[in-house]
Amino acid sequence: MSATEEARTPKRILVLGATSGIAQACIRLWAARGDSLFLIARNADRLNAVAADANVRGAAHVDSAAADLDDTAAHPALLAHAVNSLARLDIAFIAFGVLGDSGDHSFASAEAVLHTNLIAAVSAITWLGDYFAQRHAGTLAVLSSVAGDRGRKSNYIYGASKAGLSVFVDGLRNRIDREGVRVMTIKPGPVRTAMTESMKGSEKFADVEKVAATLVKEIDKGTDVVYVPGLWRIIMAVVRAIPESIFKKMNL
Amino acid sequence: MSSAQSTTAPPHESPIESSNKSNFESWGRYPEYSAELKPLHWQGDFPAVLEGVHTGALAVGLGRSYGDVCLLKGGTLLPTTSMNRLLGFDATTGVLTAEAGISLAQILDFAVPRGFFLPVTPGTKYVTLGGAIANDIHGKNHEVAGSFGCHVPTFELVRSDGSRRLCSATENSDLYAATIGGMGLTGVITWAQLRLKPIVSRLIDYNGIQFHGIDEFLDLKREYQHAEYNVSWIDCVSTGKNFARGIFMAGDHSKVPAPLTPSSKPKLVFPFDLPGFALNKLSVAAFNTLFFHKQMKRHVQTPEDYEPYFYPLDAVLHWNRMYGKRGLVQFQYAIPWEHAKEGTVAILREIAKSGLASFLAVLKAFGDIPSLGMMSFPQPGIMFALDFPIKPGITFPLMQRLGDMTLEFGGRLYPAKDACMTAAQFQAFYPQWQQFARYKDPAFSSSFWERVTNDGGDR
Repeated sequence: MSATEEARTPKRILVLGATSGIAQACIRLWAARGDSLFLIARNADRLNAVAADANVRGAAHVDSAAADLDDTAAHPALLAHAVNSLARLDIAFIAFGVLGDSGDHSFASAEAVLHTNLIAAVSAITWLGDYFAQRHAGTLAVLSSVAGDRGRKSNYIYGASKAGLSVFVDGLRNRIDREGVRVMTIKPGPVRTAMTESMKGSEKFADVEKVAATLVKEIDKGTDVVYVPGLWRIIMAVVRAIPESIFKKMNL
Repeated sequence: MSSAQSTTAPPHESPIESSNKSNFESWGRYPEYSAELKPLHWQGDFPAVLEGVHTGALAVGLGRSYGDVCLLKGGTLLPTTSMNRLLGFDATTGVLTAEAGISLAQILDFAVPRGFFLPVTPGTKYVTLGGAIANDIHGKNHEVAGSFGCHVPTFELVRSDGSRRLCSATENSDLYAATIGGMGLTGVITWAQLRLKPIVSRLIDYNGIQFHGIDEFLDLKREYQHAEYNVSWIDCVSTGKNFARGIFMAGDHSKVPAPLTPSSKPKLVFPFDLPGFALNKLSVAAFNTLFFHKQMKRHVQTPEDYEPYFYPLDAVLHWNRMYGKRGLVQFQYAIPWEHAKEGTVAILREIAKSGLASFLAVLKAFGDIPSLGMMSFPQPGIMFALDFPIKPGITFPLMQRLGDMTLEFGGRLYPAKDACMTAAQFQAFYPQWQQFARYKDPAFSSSFWERVTNDGGDR
């Protein structure tokens, strides 16, 4: 073990959406360094496999609960249970979400995506923001997306949910950062995971293990806004700068 | 790469594709077939993933088999590499339970810092646990450890009918034996247990000794019979006084405790396909002479890290590109002791005579520990392997001759490395193949299986 690893105290981390590709890769790194974890995801079999993996890799403590996070009424009890199980929370990582079917432009489809990615996330983030603000400590790391930085024809429903989420998280940071809470807006570019593997060009997407290594580091620092891979900060600055009159004629 | 298009929207409208058709390549890059890819991410994904699929299917790992044992022309391949979670580890017994898509490299990353090592390892760590079972791979310690399956007490096999079978020597023992070395044809291995062995150091106590001819090789093998690992590199190009010269490489895990630090990731990637002419008799002869004299003394004794000892080629990812776009084929046999020496000499002469340049020729002994698999390749005697570049009109006739010679000497070829054996050769090498076929999953097949059983009808 290196000196830096010896020096750090294990973190107590709650992960919502623990079976998502990016969350799994982060969980492996947190487990390997001996952190304590509480994992939440919808599918119990999958969650058990992820929890077993974290246990074997050396997590100090792993507990989990299978729950459908779309059910916002259940959030307070669920989150309180998670906090009690860990005795204290240092980091909450909000990583659940759905991509939706970008070929389906119906309201029903949009409503489902907005509910999961925005409404349900806002519910959990509000509860956790209050918890951290009361304690004047903690890091609330929220997985948004570069897709929320500009409305594009190819995935604007998903993009709208992430745009709403980014603005909500940015605003929350501006309210409670001064209370001692780190609130992070994380915007990954396209990452190769189960969610994106059927997308065109997915073989060129970022490697999830590299993305996770960056995220674990940035979450330790509590960086306000994280683009990962970092190049996407520049790409999105360019994309945002294109006038709409031109953008609407492009195929992005 | 051809991509099937979504039926609901033009492709530029939608980044989502309804399917993912692709050329999954085997290591030899020959033959090349396109197939539908439907990755398995979770143990529960199969057989649901086959809903609406009307082709044959085959689970695949990292594509390190050389020929068509991991291919299925026009079929559905089920890549397993993201099904790679660790499920349990008992530090007192060393038994690791993991999902079958985990690579041996990932197992080593976990195990070595904890003082454990693979019980059997091939010459690359970039193979999956499931693939290691399905091909019942062997390592440099076959004489003392047997093949990989000997260290896999239990695994789960999921059949296309949805049944989940726990397989061991006592439970579903027939499917257990059919699946070890069963070339992935019996269903999907979702998870397996692997008995790791303790180590106290990353180091291997290495002994490298030059030899000339098969007799000297056999003498060295006797002299170093107590070394856990042994393998020899052998020059297949030289004739005359340098015929069958080689380096005998024995190794043992160091008994001196030393820090068990994790391995670093490989940084070199072979960047492009070499043109076909780059590998010729002259360049290979030069390489072989350099390699032979890399060790200046007849005998070198030194501690060496396990990475270069076991995985010298893993340091360069995609080294198969060295063989160019046409690819390579491997010839790998096991000939029983009775004919091992005469067979090896005759085959080496045939290879030298052919003038078909080849480096990376490997010679070692298989021991007496029986494999648990019905179709396992290893048998007591001499094992020999070498790669040939694919040269039209030369390579394939030579492979036929070498296959026939192997059969004459009572040997067999290794399906995991093969792209050339005929149905007649296969059925003579593995006379139990029809008995094995009873355990094949009806939804599963491979281009290899279709070739050697004439199921496919197009070859």
